[in-house]
Amino acid sequence: MTSATQTAAAGPATGGSLLLTLMKLRTFIALFAVIVFFSIFAPNFLSTANMILMSKHATQNAFLAIGMTFVIVTGGIDLSVGSIVGLCGMIAGGLILHGIDLPMGYTVYFNILEVAVIVAIVGIVIGILNGLLITRLNVAPFIATLGTLYVARGMALLYSDGQTLPNLVGRQDLGNTGYAIFGSGTWLGLPVSVWMLIVVALGAAYFARFVPLGRHIFAVGGNERAARMSGIRVDRVKMFVYMFSGFCAALVGLVISSELMAAHPATGTNLELNAIAAAVLGGTSMSGGRGTIGGTIVGAFVIGILSDGLVMMGVSSFWQMVIKGLVIIIAVVVDQAQRKLQARVTLMQMAKQG
Amino acid sequence: MGDTEDGDVILELRDITKAYSGIVALKKADLKLRRGAVNVLVGENGAGKSTMMRIIAGVERPTLGEIWMEGERIHLDSPGDAVRHGIGIVFQELNLFGNMTVAENIFATRELTRGLFGIDHRAQVEKANEFLDRLEAGITADTLVEDLPIGQQQLVEIARAVSLDTRILIMDEPTSALSAAEVDVLFRVIAELKAQGVAIVYISHRLEELMRIGDYITVLKDGQITGHALVRDIDTRWIVRSMIGSDAKDFAREVDHALGDEVVRLEDITLPRAQGGYAVDHVSLSVRKGEILGIYGLMGAGRSELFECIMGRHGHYTGKVFVDGRELQERDTTGRIARGIALIPEDRQREGLVQCLSIAENLSLASLGQFVKFGFHIEPKRERSAIAEAIRNLSIKARNPDFEVTSMSGGNQQKVVIGKALMTGPKVLLMDEPSRGIDVGAKADVFRTMRRLAGEGLAILFSTSDLEEVMALSDRIAVMSNGRLIAVMDRTEATEEAIVTASAEGHKTRRMHA
Repeated sequence: MTSATQTAAAGPATGGSLLLTLMKLRTFIALFAVIVFFSIFAPNFLSTANMILMSKHATQNAFLAIGMTFVIVTGGIDLSVGSIVGLCGMIAGGLILHGIDLPMGYTVYFNILEVAVIVAIVGIVIGILNGLLITRLNVAPFIATLGTLYVARGMALLYSDGQTLPNLVGRQDLGNTGYAIFGSGTWLGLPVSVWMLIVVALGAAYFARFVPLGRHIFAVGGNERAARMSGIRVDRVKMFVYMFSGFCAALVGLVISSELMAAHPATGTNLELNAIAAAVLGGTSMSGGRGTIGGTIVGAFVIGILSDGLVMMGVSSFWQMVIKGLVIIIAVVVDQAQRKLQARVTLMQMAKQG
Repeated sequence: MGDTEDGDVILELRDITKAYSGIVALKKADLKLRRGAVNVLVGENGAGKSTMMRIIAGVERPTLGEIWMEGERIHLDSPGDAVRHGIGIVFQELNLFGNMTVAENIFATRELTRGLFGIDHRAQVEKANEFLDRLEAGITADTLVEDLPIGQQQLVEIARAVSLDTRILIMDEPTSALSAAEVDVLFRVIAELKAQGVAIVYISHRLEELMRIGDYITVLKDGQITGHALVRDIDTRWIVRSMIGSDAKDFAREVDHALGDEVVRLEDITLPRAQGGYAVDHVSLSVRKGEILGIYGLMGAGRSELFECIMGRHGHYTGKVFVDGRELQERDTTGRIARGIALIPEDRQREGLVQCLSIAENLSLASLGQFVKFGFHIEPKRERSAIAEAIRNLSIKARNPDFEVTSMSGGNQQKVVIGKALMTGPKVLLMDEPSRGIDVGAKADVFRTMRRLAGEGLAILFSTSDLEEVMALSDRIAVMSNGRLIAVMDRTEATEEAIVTASAEGHKTRRMHA
């Protein structure tokens, strides 16, 4: 997957020293390291049940991190995704339990697919809101999405007055049963949510490489002025990335509420930070222009496995935070070192060739 | 060539070699800087001038070789060391803090304080104003640097270097953004400093300037010293010969071709300035197929702004642009590109290239739409072949199109920007200072390309502040001054004098108003 998504990878793909190759593969090495480490030290780590559980957890991060990667590649940030997860879960729950009351006394209920579509649209609309704030009103991405973070979370809490919406099984006579499919359904032995991730990830990776808008994302992040002068509609590109990020967050809202068969308004708190961490761990540059979908997904799995593995080993949650933080810092330090080394190797090759 | 061994040497570089990983920027270069004299350094881009200056300023350390100052061997390990030895430098790229006032910039790192009571802002402003007045800059020291036009920023940079009270003052292309009047003032200040015994190192591409103020001249080529002489003994021919190894090539005006119909017409283009007045003042022009129109003007004459209006960068300009007789309704850059206009911006790094993308990705950036199937899918094969064709056509030296674009030399980077514009299939090509920051060889190459493109039927508008260039390249010459189009003349009847007079026209009237 990574080889197909090396759009923004720096410099020559071949050659370079062994060290450089190792550094380039660092996210994979980290993934491998955490798997080996926990299979030795954590009991039952390699059991199928645990593997599936962990991949489900990692999937939630990975969805958000894919959306976040595009946003960060344009040089922005989307802090609102965690809240969108919460709000979308609540809306899904509300639609299933209560439907929509129409003014003349009717109540409309939707089937599961329609619920999913509506929820996705809600996520995209919040993305549009973020995008408009950033492109039309020139609000800094950090502030704009911080604002929507609070607004969306507040709305999620208002929706049920802070209460959980329990038991989202739906009713046979209303035709809205089967909500569990997103969170606990399986197909060909893999959870549905993992299949969804595969589709979204492949789509995003293809998009980044073979669709003009996808390429434009990297150009905007690399040099916004040059992108504008090249005729790229910068505002449109930015709108798109925030909409896509909102869409990814809506999917996570669906998956989590479906898995629990209940919607809690505080769901997804701090998930935006995990998503940023996964993207950065996967080699996305916070200054924009560089990042790959493949790297981000590996990053999301490293973080997911790390937290689950530590829980299984019985490490206190306080220590877990310390360890997660250190891993992220080390990842960025190695990233910087790689870039320096890369520049040197490129120079060497230039010199050798003439 | 005369005896160049006289004079009072203050700083000497002996056998300096500087190797970056794999590339030797300086090869056993010797340089003597003399007290109370203007030591001129010339050479093509990439000849090693800047590397040499960075070594003297303590920014880089030489790989081999020694630095001697007044008979003593010294080590310059950091910019701080250089400052302690009385060496000041005005870098080519402006190194100012835009968010601070002029005074704060001038006194950065050596703020005037009142003991424990913090910075004495009033004293700083007063002192800074003294330096600025000496340069007749017309700037008050409490304005923010980012509010100043680029020419005045350069003056601030110079004022800062002068205020350092240095024994050696290096100026790397100090006049690139200055008007003729400002250059005169600068030269007067340089003469004063000279009289005080300061050793000046002066780097410039403008040969007339060097001849005017230089005392000693050193020519660098490919990291080696190829000539050293007293300026009074030599002429510009000698400089060019030492720089490129042969006499200057003519700027490629080989075949004349017939001009076609009018392709682009501007009517009454006007762009108001934020501070009042007009950046572009009711400009009307037209260019025919196959014609090269050179727009001459000083910095701030409104050439770049005119191009930006044509390109749709500014939403609030007024006036009409016609291509092939039809008025352009599209007001944004994307629409303008689609209608056959392409711009090669003046500032390659900031507006031309996306540094973190590869050569290939930069080339196809503006024309991805052409390779699309089903409305969204880019066909890699078609993209690849178009990129390969562009590289061949412009003879871009790209060993591997997948390398980062920053791995190339300035001239080749410029060709990538040109290639990107050409891949959009334009009818009108706007080139803003196309020869800026590239060496003589690459320049000639770019000019040849321009002639060839015109021959193929493109209408080209290019701006320049180089007289020789505008005379040699253009079919017609337009002169802009202070936003106004002063004159349009045919090449055959244009004289350098008429052009220079016209370029000062706009400033005269402004002074009368003021």
